[in-house]
Amino acid sequence: MNDASALVRALRDPASVKSLDSDGWTALVSIARAEQLAGSLAYQVQGLELPAAAVRLMADARRSAEHQRRQALWEAEMARRALGDLDVPVILLKGTAYVAAGLSAGIGRSIGDLDILVPRDALDAVERALIERGGWEWVKEDEYDDAYYRDHMHELPPLIHKERDRMIDVHHTILPRTAKPTPDAQALVADSVPMANGLHFLSPPDMICHAAAHLFADGDLAGGLRNLWDIDRLCRDFFTQPGFWETLGERAERHELAKPVGRALRLAETLYGTPVDGDVAGRARAGDGLYLRRLFARDGWGCETRKPLRFAFYLRSHWLRMPPLMLARHLFTKWRKA
Amino acid sequence: MRHEFRLTVGPVGFRIGSDWREPLDRLAALYDGYPETALPDFTVRLFAQRPWRRFIRPSVMIGGDYMLPDAAPMALAHGLLAAEMGMNLQMALGQRRYLLLHASAAEKGGKAVLMTGASGAGKSTLSALLGERGWRLMGDEFALVDCETGLLHAFPRLVSLKNEAIALFEGQVDARRFGPKLSDTPKGTIRHMRPNDEAVAHMAEPVKPALLLFPRFGHEAAVRPMGAGEVFVRLTQASTNYVALGEAGFDALSSLVKTVPTRAIDYPDTETALRLVEQLWTESSL
Repeated sequence: MNDASALVRALRDPASVKSLDSDGWTALVSIARAEQLAGSLAYQVQGLELPAAAVRLMADARRSAEHQRRQALWEAEMARRALGDLDVPVILLKGTAYVAAGLSAGIGRSIGDLDILVPRDALDAVERALIERGGWEWVKEDEYDDAYYRDHMHELPPLIHKERDRMIDVHHTILPRTAKPTPDAQALVADSVPMANGLHFLSPPDMICHAAAHLFADGDLAGGLRNLWDIDRLCRDFFTQPGFWETLGERAERHELAKPVGRALRLAETLYGTPVDGDVAGRARAGDGLYLRRLFARDGWGCETRKPLRFAFYLRSHWLRMPPLMLARHLFTKWRKA
Repeated sequence: MRHEFRLTVGPVGFRIGSDWREPLDRLAALYDGYPETALPDFTVRLFAQRPWRRFIRPSVMIGGDYMLPDAAPMALAHGLLAAEMGMNLQMALGQRRYLLLHASAAEKGGKAVLMTGASGAGKSTLSALLGERGWRLMGDEFALVDCETGLLHAFPRLVSLKNEAIALFEGQVDARRFGPKLSDTPKGTIRHMRPNDEAVAHMAEPVKPALLLFPRFGHEAAVRPMGAGEVFVRLTQASTNYVALGEAGFDALSSLVKTVPTRAIDYPDTETALRLVEQLWTESSL
């Protein structure tokens, strides 16, 4: 087993795991854990007739995902209690939003930090409430990093809870301010969907825009298979709604994310057989193949492979995150401190 | 990974991959006779941080299915310790089938004594000594509680003897059961010792926990009863996955606390401790 395609195949066509021997299973489990997709895989293959050892491992993975779901919802509730009377919309992002909204993307999803988005002009009040009433505190007390976050990033410096040891990322938009595309943060807030407990989640097209932005415009493709799995599940949940693709196309344009969204859809279709719309996905481009090679760069031990390609994508992520002169200054400062 | 070794310890299977042959040869020798595993529960990886660090000042990074973000590398001479730590790490971060207690355990007559407490309390040494004196060693570090049955599963990894404890066993047990002496590790001098044949032969047999002890070294001999509340809280602190198991973990722990008699014991030396354990064992079986 020399790349992560085994995992993609198992997610896309769960019955295909029946042909795996124990070495195939061993590799699949390690790759799925490394890609943070063990829980998603475990729910996909639930109910199939599998070798006893695989049944046990998949049950473990579901137990772990269930714990993460419970913990994520609890963290969201803690944030709600700290921010409830500020009278600003608090929008859950990523994994926590998927489980809170009961979407397929939340099934078995691994969830780390709590990510929320609030209107930019409410940032100060939100930060103060989290620290003074919620029990969160700053993770790093480094002046450069702190100033960098506040001046150039799309989120506050990360906060960690004193007792629960859980992190919260408070966003005011979905891409760094230094990145070229400028998503319409006001529109993200305006179109968000309220839940019964008062918390919000992004509208489904905006969720897809966010996932695509995270993957291509900001990230170095780490966690890309999971990110595209999210996009696959979101598309399957919503594509039958009338006007869904038109809205997605419009939103992607509005957030200046038409290219990343198109590429995300094309890759999701290639990997997971996602139902996509040709107009929004756009025509295949030469670069798509490189992306796939990067996404599959993991061996049967769960180890990262194709180091030069990984590094190239890492450089690219920095290149996209900020203009060249600023990048030079940033890397110089980081290097001097290290 | 260039080299591979697989083993089953109690109910848990491991696959260990390494950039170097040497640590796995040591593992294979000490774990000789432990069953293989076709589909392991966890993968451990011992790897060089940079390709040239395989040869030049070789240092071992510990990785696997579950990893800590900022783990420090170790000297290749401590490769055996690195492998053991790698297995520990998988258990501590990834175990979701059993309630994992940081405790040692030994079995006699189909029932087990569990010993837990702060680092340095002596639980590892005491269980290893019991294992040489008519008890079956179930594990010197982790005890696995089955959430459905409440039974205790053995996890008899190599005993990790530290500092003064090493001399208690050298000369007493077959020299072939020892690994190399590892000095200047983060925990001082360590020498690994293979559990005896009885512990290995019966490791797949879970038993009922019958006595729970909180030993404490360095005090006059004393036995104290403990309140259920204190026992419960200290066991939650001794567990790496109590929170993650949710309600099942709570039920398993509550039932353990309610059904198993518990004592805190203070001891000035190991012989006194062993006498106290035997005495309390006899009383609890009456």
